[in-house]
Amino acid sequence: MIATTSSSSASARTHSLVIRLPEGVDFALPLAGPMSRFLARSIDFMAELSLVWLFRTVLGVIVPLAPDVGMAVIVLAYFLVPVLYGIACEWGLRGQTLGKRVLKLRVMDAGGLRLRFSQIVLRNLLRVVDSLPAAYLLGGAACLMSRRCQRLGDLAAGTIVVRLPRLEAVELARLGLDFKFNSLREKPVLAARLRQAIDPADANIALLALLRRDQLDAGPRVEIFAALAAHFRSLVSLPEELTLDLSDEAFVRNVVDIVFQAREQQAREKRVEASERQRFERPSA
Amino acid sequence: MILDLERFTAASQSHWDELESWLDRLEDDPQRGFADVAAAQKFYYLYQRAASDLARLATFSSEPELRRRLETLVGRAYAELHSAREAGDSRWQPLAWALHTFPRTFRRHSRAFLLTVAVTLLGCLFGGYALERDREAKEIILPFGHLLGDPSERVAKEEQQSGKEMSGRQTRFSAELMSNNIRVSINAMAFGLTWGIGTLVVLFYNGVILGAVCWDYLRAGEGVFLAGWLLPHGSFEIPAILIAGQAGLVLARAIIGWGQRVSFGRRLRAIAPDLATLIGGVAVMLVWAGIVEAFLSQYHAPVLPYSIKIAFGVIELIVLIAWLGWAGASTDAAGDSAPARHLAA
Repeated sequence: MIATTSSSSASARTHSLVIRLPEGVDFALPLAGPMSRFLARSIDFMAELSLVWLFRTVLGVIVPLAPDVGMAVIVLAYFLVPVLYGIACEWGLRGQTLGKRVLKLRVMDAGGLRLRFSQIVLRNLLRVVDSLPAAYLLGGAACLMSRRCQRLGDLAAGTIVVRLPRLEAVELARLGLDFKFNSLREKPVLAARLRQAIDPADANIALLALLRRDQLDAGPRVEIFAALAAHFRSLVSLPEELTLDLSDEAFVRNVVDIVFQAREQQAREKRVEASERQRFERPSA
Repeated sequence: MILDLERFTAASQSHWDELESWLDRLEDDPQRGFADVAAAQKFYYLYQRAASDLARLATFSSEPELRRRLETLVGRAYAELHSAREAGDSRWQPLAWALHTFPRTFRRHSRAFLLTVAVTLLGCLFGGYALERDREAKEIILPFGHLLGDPSERVAKEEQQSGKEMSGRQTRFSAELMSNNIRVSINAMAFGLTWGIGTLVVLFYNGVILGAVCWDYLRAGEGVFLAGWLLPHGSFEIPAILIAGQAGLVLARAIIGWGQRVSFGRRLRAIAPDLATLIGGVAVMLVWAGIVEAFLSQYHAPVLPYSIKIAFGVIELIVLIAWLGWAGASTDAAGDSAPARHLAA
């Protein structure tokens, strides 16, 4: 079941499409507004111009050698690039063009189903009507009036454009790794040496051990953390006062916190992007 | 409510990972499907479990990424489970598409095609009549400068030049023709969004131009030249634009929804593949027409006898009629999806 909801506040008005699964689970997709779509389209327009310019420049070398064929390819490029750009990008990039990627937008089926190739073709070919009389006035008006912020091409193709909001960083606290009193954090040089010395595979083993600690019996758990702590201690010489009174498990937690803190920071953007890329289905024929 | 989020995550992680790997495989190869019933049941179990986990997580506003990941998984799995697939669905095969899908789609909406023919013929009659009544209307009706002069003078000039003016620029001319005609065809289809009014106007206007040109040449006694000039490329170009108009009318009918009890969204969803197929076929036809027009139609007698050009055009027309009329006929009933049949009825 699909429903469109809107919530109003003094500062902003947000529309979202709620998809209610037969299993009784709801989730909401924030819909892209006319302005963000217009900006994305502007970027795409620049990309199309750049592609045409690129074709013209590259073929400029060929034209003197084969003027007829060269000019024919340029003529076709002028026509085909704007027509095929949107289709090729949305098909190849799972509902995104360059502009949509920059603005964090994505085309998807209005019913939450697979985005079909025919839908992509249709919404892009019908752009000619949306762009009338100039600067997408008709499409923009349709977008403003539509409950799901759809231009005419979207209405005909049964597609919507959703926003992919940037997510906040993953909190290591979720994994029980965020220690306010991690003594290793007080020694940034040592922390840096630890990050350099520890193999990523070993760090992952330590992380998994922490995640599954409750599934381990007491005896094996102590043994595992003792082995991991011994291994990490062997990599970097640590002052005794840093590890004094720390159990092996607490020490491993501190080490994992140090290692993943930096890695998390670097990988955050990439993981969020990857998560968003897989958010919706691959378009199918 | 989840009391121990860490334990909840750890306990469910393997199921989410398994569902994700299933989805990756299915999306990388959409035709893959499930090996057996047990595999499908397992997938369904993983989907339901993830949906259940998502519902449990709904109270955790502090877990945006975990919630987003589950929404992603559930959304992807939902799309896999609920997206209908045609029987015998397979990778796109150009030959099968050309010999079965396109002609079958054309026949499925034959009434819309007949309407486009009728509107174009009406335009032709109007164009011929307007030209007969008012010779000065020629400058208004015909947008092409080379058609404004006296037909007999043009024929004499063309026969004298014997296509020399086209020498060395046929490919470019062909590309210009393809681009222009495909643009007109896309417009004819897209204007179906205006409840078909725009499509009918485009078809009628094309008919007016065609009728005026034909009448102008016939009246001047240049019927043979006209046939030799228009038939080779027109036998594909004109039907292609009519088919684009047909697509526009199919779109218009789905928007208006005459006699159809299904919802607006379902009507449009049902015809989207047909529209893509029709416009794809139109593009193929216009590429052929552009090549023929640049490399054949512009050459006249004595370089290329009119009889050969006319015969070529007639053969093309017969092939086109056979293609659209009978290709894939044996699979007509089996190949059409239920929604498409219902909407075309």
